[in-house]
Amino acid sequence: MWSRYGVAFLFLLPAIIFLGVWVIYPAIYTFFRSFFGQSGFDNFVGIDNYKALFTSDLLVTAIKNNAIWVAVVPAFVTAVGLIFAVLTERVSWSVAFKTAVFMPMAISAFAAGVIWRIMDQQDPNLGAINASIAVVKDAINPPGVLSDAKPSSDNLQGTPSGGITLQNPVQPGDVAKLGLTGIPPTEVPSSAVQAVMPEPLQGGINGVVWRDFKPGGGNPNEVEQDELGLPDVDLALFDSNGDQVATTTSADDGTFSFDGLEQGNYRVGIAASTFSTPFEGVAWLGEKLITPSLLIAYIWIWAGFSMVVIAAGLAAISRETLEAARTDGANEWQVFRRVTVPQLLPVLSVVFVTMLINVLKVFDIVVSLAPGSVQDDANVIALAMWRTSFGGANNFGLGSAIAVFLFILVIPILLLNVRNFRREA
Amino acid sequence: MTAATATREGRAPVVEEPMSAKVLRVLGRAPIHVLLVVVGLLWLVPTLGLLITSLIAPENFADGGWWRVFTQPSLLTFENYQSLWDTQAIRDSLLTTVWISIGGTLLPILVAALAGYAFAWLDFPGRDWLFIGVVALLVVPLQMALIPIFTLYNKVGIFDTIVSLILFHTAFGLPFAIFLLRNFFIGIPKELLEAARIDGASEIRIFLRLILPLGLPAIASLAIFQFLWTWNDLLVALTFGRETQPITVAIFSQLRQFGSNIELIAPASFVSLVIPLAVFFAFQRYFVQGLLAGSVK
Repeated sequence: MWSRYGVAFLFLLPAIIFLGVWVIYPAIYTFFRSFFGQSGFDNFVGIDNYKALFTSDLLVTAIKNNAIWVAVVPAFVTAVGLIFAVLTERVSWSVAFKTAVFMPMAISAFAAGVIWRIMDQQDPNLGAINASIAVVKDAINPPGVLSDAKPSSDNLQGTPSGGITLQNPVQPGDVAKLGLTGIPPTEVPSSAVQAVMPEPLQGGINGVVWRDFKPGGGNPNEVEQDELGLPDVDLALFDSNGDQVATTTSADDGTFSFDGLEQGNYRVGIAASTFSTPFEGVAWLGEKLITPSLLIAYIWIWAGFSMVVIAAGLAAISRETLEAARTDGANEWQVFRRVTVPQLLPVLSVVFVTMLINVLKVFDIVVSLAPGSVQDDANVIALAMWRTSFGGANNFGLGSAIAVFLFILVIPILLLNVRNFRREA
Repeated sequence: MTAATATREGRAPVVEEPMSAKVLRVLGRAPIHVLLVVVGLLWLVPTLGLLITSLIAPENFADGGWWRVFTQPSLLTFENYQSLWDTQAIRDSLLTTVWISIGGTLLPILVAALAGYAFAWLDFPGRDWLFIGVVALLVVPLQMALIPIFTLYNKVGIFDTIVSLILFHTAFGLPFAIFLLRNFFIGIPKELLEAARIDGASEIRIFLRLILPLGLPAIASLAIFQFLWTWNDLLVALTFGRETQPITVAIFSQLRQFGSNIELIAPASFVSLVIPLAVFFAFQRYFVQGLLAGSVK
């Protein structure tokens, strides 16, 4: 008897020791430890640690965040993988695409966090994502030449954000003077030259917008020597009803002109777009957006896994059923929806469940992508467990309770796995 | 042989497609190709960003984004890598990572191969239930073991050693490893084993001479997984190491001043990912095989 089973036992012995000492015994220990306080087994606290799980702000945030991860990532990763797998199915160079998308799988989640921290920097001059947004935004809504200015006389009223308008009405043949102050020398566009007082224009309104300031004083509302014109200022002309009838921009000497005007009263104003500030960048790593940023980075890592597994499932689908559906007159979408997806369902669920487990245990990427200042906002269960147990607080009781909570969350998945496994066996 | 009569693998002759139809078909699929090119490139951009950032001298970091190098290639320099290599602590931590990865790959494979053979080909009571039990352990989060093993390591006096990290990685790699190898070993033809047994070969001899060589494809898959898993680990080393710092932990300790330490963080991160990346590209086939085998759990 011994000799018969003894050999098997010897082959199993190392594995039994490892699993017993490093997995099973600790699991039991952690379970019991979770009912004791910080100081140790002499301090029985019942379910207090579990109560703390749902009352302490930090832990509640962690659980909420993890719920977002669970709701978003498995579904997204499965969907993205399915789309990629289907799109690449009949593309001859699909290997190159698959390699590019699959590559992040080989990179540690920790390094991926560093990678995305560089991508996500807020300054559009440094972070690639904000730089891309800036390109699009500046194309739609270009930044103005000035960021701030004040009217130099009471004739002008308004604020940079709402536009600055000349109060007295002007008529064709008049000259509009729009003097501005409060512009730092560094902000005066480099193309600016000496301001020029324009001649009146028959049947039109000429004007000048200039920096009504010269070192040592000068008279307000008068164009003087050494005062610079303001180029590229957006100007608008309003009729007596207040409707905008024309727009123009100023020249390097600050002059501008509206011509071909009918007789009547007009108002001239500097449009708010002159003062629109350049894009300052989205705070991807700020407390509000850190979790979405983490999700994006995580999907970037795992989409390749999903794609490869689903592509393998796709390759195994019987061609006959697809052909039969096509022969019966189904269009490609119907074939996909009614024939392909149902046959892929086991594979899709494998991907989904794998991602579910991964997401519940997510840790590394949060540590490396979320700056220290927002780690409370980005917290997840595994990170809360580590920080509670080893990150200064050293509360092994509460840490154990968090670990047990994490374990309880994955038990349904474990049962699912065992059931599937037994069905296959 | 003309195109119309060319047959591949004995298939029916293909009727040649009219040129116009072919052009239309290719054009019709053009958006897919464009989309795939764009998405594929987008997927590479973040990693490229790290690589280029690691090649920009510290004094040029604050001036603008890494994409400037496309117009100013002169910004590129190996300065950061030079000073990284000159940092003793980084060299040490790379070596630590290497040792942990080697030990953390070989030991679990050996232990799992022994157990996998027993589960596949040796007869003992409760075998299948025990195997299901091992597979069930796959889902136990390693967080369940951190606190007790931390306490245990301190008591035994092996806290903060490379060996203690290898042992932990081995244990938590085992459920997957045993699962993978048992399922592969069971596919080895029964006749081979029976012939060996009739010849009087001992079980250990069969294991060494027959099972291990025949199981090499699965072992290769597993080796890649274990290697990537141990090389890329942060959590375990962060918990059971102080002075014993693999490269991930060494970078982690620099993250607090991300902006000012970027000249060290970027090249160190790239070095830490270039080796798993090389392993991945060299053994991609085994990696995918293992992935597919493991996913059917």
